[in-house]
Amino acid sequence: MLLADRTVLVTGVLTPSSIAFTCARLAQEQGATVILSSFGRARSLTERAARRLPVTPPVVDLDVTSEADLAGLAARLTDHLAGHADRLDGVVHAIGFAPEPCLGQDDGLFAAGWDEVATALRVSAYSLPALAKAVRPLLRPGASIVGLDFDATVAWPAYDWMGVAKAALESASRYLARDLGPDGVRVNLVAAGPIRTVAARGIPGFADIEQVWSERAPLGWDVDDPEPAARAVVALLSDWFPATTGEILHVDGGVHAVGAAIR
Amino acid sequence: MERTEILDAVYDACVEILKVDKAELSETTSFADDLDADSLALVEVVMQLEEQFDLRIPEDDLDDVATIGAAADVVATHLAAA
Repeated sequence: MLLADRTVLVTGVLTPSSIAFTCARLAQEQGATVILSSFGRARSLTERAARRLPVTPPVVDLDVTSEADLAGLAARLTDHLAGHADRLDGVVHAIGFAPEPCLGQDDGLFAAGWDEVATALRVSAYSLPALAKAVRPLLRPGASIVGLDFDATVAWPAYDWMGVAKAALESASRYLARDLGPDGVRVNLVAAGPIRTVAARGIPGFADIEQVWSERAPLGWDVDDPEPAARAVVALLSDWFPATTGEILHVDGGVHAVGAAIR
Repeated sequence: MERTEILDAVYDACVEILKVDKAELSETTSFADDLDADSLALVEVVMQLEEQFDLRIPEDDLDDVATIGAAADVVATHLAAA
């Protein structure tokens, strides 16, 4: 098993359609002890989804916009690590949010003001280094941080400020790889194709992005199947990518490699 | 199963999850407009119903669920197919 004797924190499990839910399931199937995080009103939903995993994991509170929550995270995790280990071997960052004016507006980037953009950047990009800092006391050589990304090298329909936030996430991931590398900790992203989660269905124009995948993916792409992306996350959490960090692994059916529609 | 029984289960799920008064609810109550429930809240209501009736309802099926009556219809459809 890829993750035997490893303890992994998985953020961002909201419903069973969440990519993070499948990450948690596969991690458990590969032998990991999983801890979930959630916050505020989403917590009861996370707990409900947690009960559908092979083993019901504990859920710790984490609002990434709360300095107090971040500061207390290592201690809250330690409570659940007792009996396993005093360390965390993996973190899945599946956190993103943008206020409504940031996404799918008729006038694109011009629709949102700084306060809304700041929220999008804070939750979706700043949260990666903030989370890494919060759990750093628990990380040991060999630990792995994996974030969920959507290719930010080009502009997409509707994705707007969320795309800008993902570009920031990609850059932050590289700098984190630099800063945590000396500790033996890897930091990588999985750039997945579009998956029809609850979060995605909230994006006006999501269908336009789906369309790109149906026309361009050499391997084809199933928007209802989060497993390919989740498998890549689990692989990056494991020690089968021991010398890979600062990388963005595309799990997109090959769309990033193709410049025009092929069907 | 009688429709009233399913409807009752939807009311109970709304009371528990959305913290609303059962007396305010009817078939035509809108999740978004009357109960201020967003897509995540609706998913949670439906997850509760799935557990209660031992069903799995794809989230895609929730796109057209705007009212309590529509939620009962979705549950009834899946119960009939089960």
